[in-house]
Amino acid sequence: MFYRESGQFKSSYAADSAIFTIAQDRVFIAALLALSFVAVPGLASDYLLSGILIPFLILSLAALGLNILTGYAGQLSLGSAAFMAVGAFATYNFMIRIPGMPLLLALFLGGLCAALVGVAFGLPSLRIKGFYLAVATLAAQFFIEWVFTKFSWFSNDSSSGVISAPAMQIFGYPIDTPASKYLLTLAIVAFMALAAKNMARASIGRAWMAVRDMDVAAEVIGIRMLRTKLLAFAISSFYCGVAGALYAFVLLGTVDAQAFDLHRSFQILFMIIIGGVGSILGSFLGAAFIVLLPICLNLLGQVFHGAISTQFLANLEMMLFGGLIIFFLIVEPHGLARLWQIAKEKLRVWPFPH
Amino acid sequence: MEWQFFLEVLVGGLLAGVMYSLVALGFVLIYKASGVFNFAQGAMVLFAALSFVSIQAMGVPFWLALLLTLVLMVALGVGIERVVLRPLVNQPPITLFMATIGLSFFLEGLAQMVWGTDVHGLELGIADEPFDVAGVFISKFDLFAAAVCGTLVATLALFFSKTKLGRALRAVADDHQAAMSVGIPLKHIWAIVWGVAGFVALVAGLLWGSRLGVQFALTLVVLKALPVLILGGFTSVPGAIVGGLIIGAGEKLAEVYLGPFLSGGIENWFPYMLALLFLLVRPEGLFGEKHIERV
Amino acid sequence: MNPHRKIGDVILQAEAISLSFGGVKALSNISLEVREHEILSIIGPNGAGKSSMLNVINGVYHPQQGHVVYRGKTRERMRPHEAARQGIARTFQNIALFKGMSVLDNIMTGRNLKMRANFIQQALYWGRAQREEIAQRAYVEKIIDFLEIQHIRKTPVGRLPYGLQKRVELARALAAEPSMLLLDEPMAGMNVEEKQDMCRFILDVNDEFGTTIVLIEHDMGVVMDISDRIVVLDYGKKIGDGSPDEIRVNPDVIAAYLGGSH
Repeated sequence: MFYRESGQFKSSYAADSAIFTIAQDRVFIAALLALSFVAVPGLASDYLLSGILIPFLILSLAALGLNILTGYAGQLSLGSAAFMAVGAFATYNFMIRIPGMPLLLALFLGGLCAALVGVAFGLPSLRIKGFYLAVATLAAQFFIEWVFTKFSWFSNDSSSGVISAPAMQIFGYPIDTPASKYLLTLAIVAFMALAAKNMARASIGRAWMAVRDMDVAAEVIGIRMLRTKLLAFAISSFYCGVAGALYAFVLLGTVDAQAFDLHRSFQILFMIIIGGVGSILGSFLGAAFIVLLPICLNLLGQVFHGAISTQFLANLEMMLFGGLIIFFLIVEPHGLARLWQIAKEKLRVWPFPH
Repeated sequence: MEWQFFLEVLVGGLLAGVMYSLVALGFVLIYKASGVFNFAQGAMVLFAALSFVSIQAMGVPFWLALLLTLVLMVALGVGIERVVLRPLVNQPPITLFMATIGLSFFLEGLAQMVWGTDVHGLELGIADEPFDVAGVFISKFDLFAAAVCGTLVATLALFFSKTKLGRALRAVADDHQAAMSVGIPLKHIWAIVWGVAGFVALVAGLLWGSRLGVQFALTLVVLKALPVLILGGFTSVPGAIVGGLIIGAGEKLAEVYLGPFLSGGIENWFPYMLALLFLLVRPEGLFGEKHIERV
Repeated sequence: MNPHRKIGDVILQAEAISLSFGGVKALSNISLEVREHEILSIIGPNGAGKSSMLNVINGVYHPQQGHVVYRGKTRERMRPHEAARQGIARTFQNIALFKGMSVLDNIMTGRNLKMRANFIQQALYWGRAQREEIAQRAYVEKIIDFLEIQHIRKTPVGRLPYGLQKRVELARALAAEPSMLLLDEPMAGMNVEEKQDMCRFILDVNDEFGTTIVLIEHDMGVVMDISDRIVVLDYGKKIGDGSPDEIRVNPDVIAAYLGGSH
């Protein structure tokens, strides 16, 4: 009833190609941003910030990265965590080896390193497709994990390959409380999500989707395969790299290469399958789902007061994730984002659907 | 002595490669018949091994336990085909692949929920001790595994080429539509293939289980099989064997001769890099069919 | 025929093209010429090599022998996107639309060649990126009007009926403002009314934009009506080349179509 666009007319192509064409959507997003920037840091408990919201935002960013590559450009990757690792270790080295390095610049440079490595491992995509490529990205996963474990130079010669976050500050403000960490993460994620949305609806996004949907036809209308695919690898890896650096510094504080193992790559893949392949919103929904499910299961375990072992819950979690992946692929391949869209379309014409 | 050591490493690698081929074989079977890249093959190996040792632990004799596990695995394979893959018929291959990743998680969770997470030993009665062949030491167990694998491949090859069912399977692999139009019951065939894949998983599970112990890590053998498939091509049984041998030998030789210069631990990624380099030269694999794209 | 339309010089020459796939000859020693502003039809029975010929012209296939000269330039192993850059657009026999995208986005993709903004400008939707997006949208809307598909603008292409999908594919090709348009069976599977519409669009494109058109078509009535020239292929060989009237009486062509001996 309240979500209706009657009376809103678009009189220019600019208005028709805006991000949110419906006024209610704009109001909703503005309210959501205001809430998350102003109200949440003041009201939320430290547990809510550090235990749920920060991991949710960081994993959303990684999922956005994978969604650009897999959802938009159609190149399946099983190595997202490796690019997160590159971002984390590169940012770390920029911070400790260059005195006075600003945090944001270090994050940016870390992302850039991840992008370069992403391009290197994206090169085979020009010759190979489908799961041949997916297997090739596993090469990145194992190789990069090995490099960071075996060569202690990357972890500044710490004995166990562990890196610890140096003190962080932005323009003199220390980033040390959950609220400040949350705000930093939120600002970065909000900005990068907006950029991703913009790319998705512009010519580069169309080029990605064209390559995904029918590569021969894409080339025939003038899209350069090399450039388009490598740009997808670069930008995707940049997103993953920044997410990895935030994961290491803002969320965990201390981290080694094992935090970015194959399991993490699968976790991110699951986020986009459940949330919605080829959807910016879906990256967030999927991350929320994957972060919240284990927490809910734990709560369930507490309700039964140890009658359920943690072992049982861990196995149940695996089964649930696996089962949900299959369920979504069969029933709704476009994930939660598509369900949300269907709900919105219903709402637009409610209560008179005909 | 130098060449003897080299030979020892090479033979050890080749025999280990046979074990990889065994897992790769399960992939090839399913891929050939239904175009599904079954990532869950590793989880099926774990499921088989875990079921076998758990049934044996209840006091069931070896052969009966084997039979029961076989029945269970075939039922599992058929069930997977029915519940997961049939609703996804005609979806893009990449969707099917992702579904099998989900399946892999589901089966790992299920196997450990039903049978527990303890590490079990598995005794097949073949000691893993080396014996001397003209100065080169070869593991008895490896030889046994190679023999089992050889028998399995020969049996499957015979099955494919000589039986009516085998011919039907090859027809389905070639062209689903055409096979259906000459009266081959497609769904029936797929169920059988998944059943056979369950059986191959059982054999791989027993051999790998007695080598590594029956534990969660067994699912990781799937990661060893992937480069083998890339090398050999997804559709070729001989490819799986040759690919396995190359990867096995290459991996061991690299670990021994290259590893010290790279501070070791390279066996996780070396096969992948090897396969990747190979892909750039020959994208369809050693024995894969060259694909001509029509527009 | 429209009196304003002048057929110009030869702009594309295919010289002694031979193409085979693993021993199967698709084209053997075929030469043909395309003149500016004309409508050239390539006809022939199934498997005659018609689609292969189009694929050679815009670089999807690379012939083992022979070469293509386009606007005076001989090209060696040209990629399809380079052909697109030189003004050659095309549609496909089996519709090759981008299934996950709307009609508008499909056609906008045809304008990608005209867009110069880099990805950072696009990510910020700022400056050139924004201006371009709106300017190109205006051009795309002209094509949408031209092909009368305003009502389906925002529909995902997968939901459209076959005839409309063919029309959207034509729109996408036109969006690139091609000087040469290759159409692979643009009317296959259409009913009479849809065919008439499509004929009208093809003639209008040729007439209004002066676009050179090379098309493959099975409907002889249509081919005879709209073509300036016709090339006939059979088993990968050229057996006829001339005006519709000449082709109609060419004994080789009649034999090929009626199944007589040569």
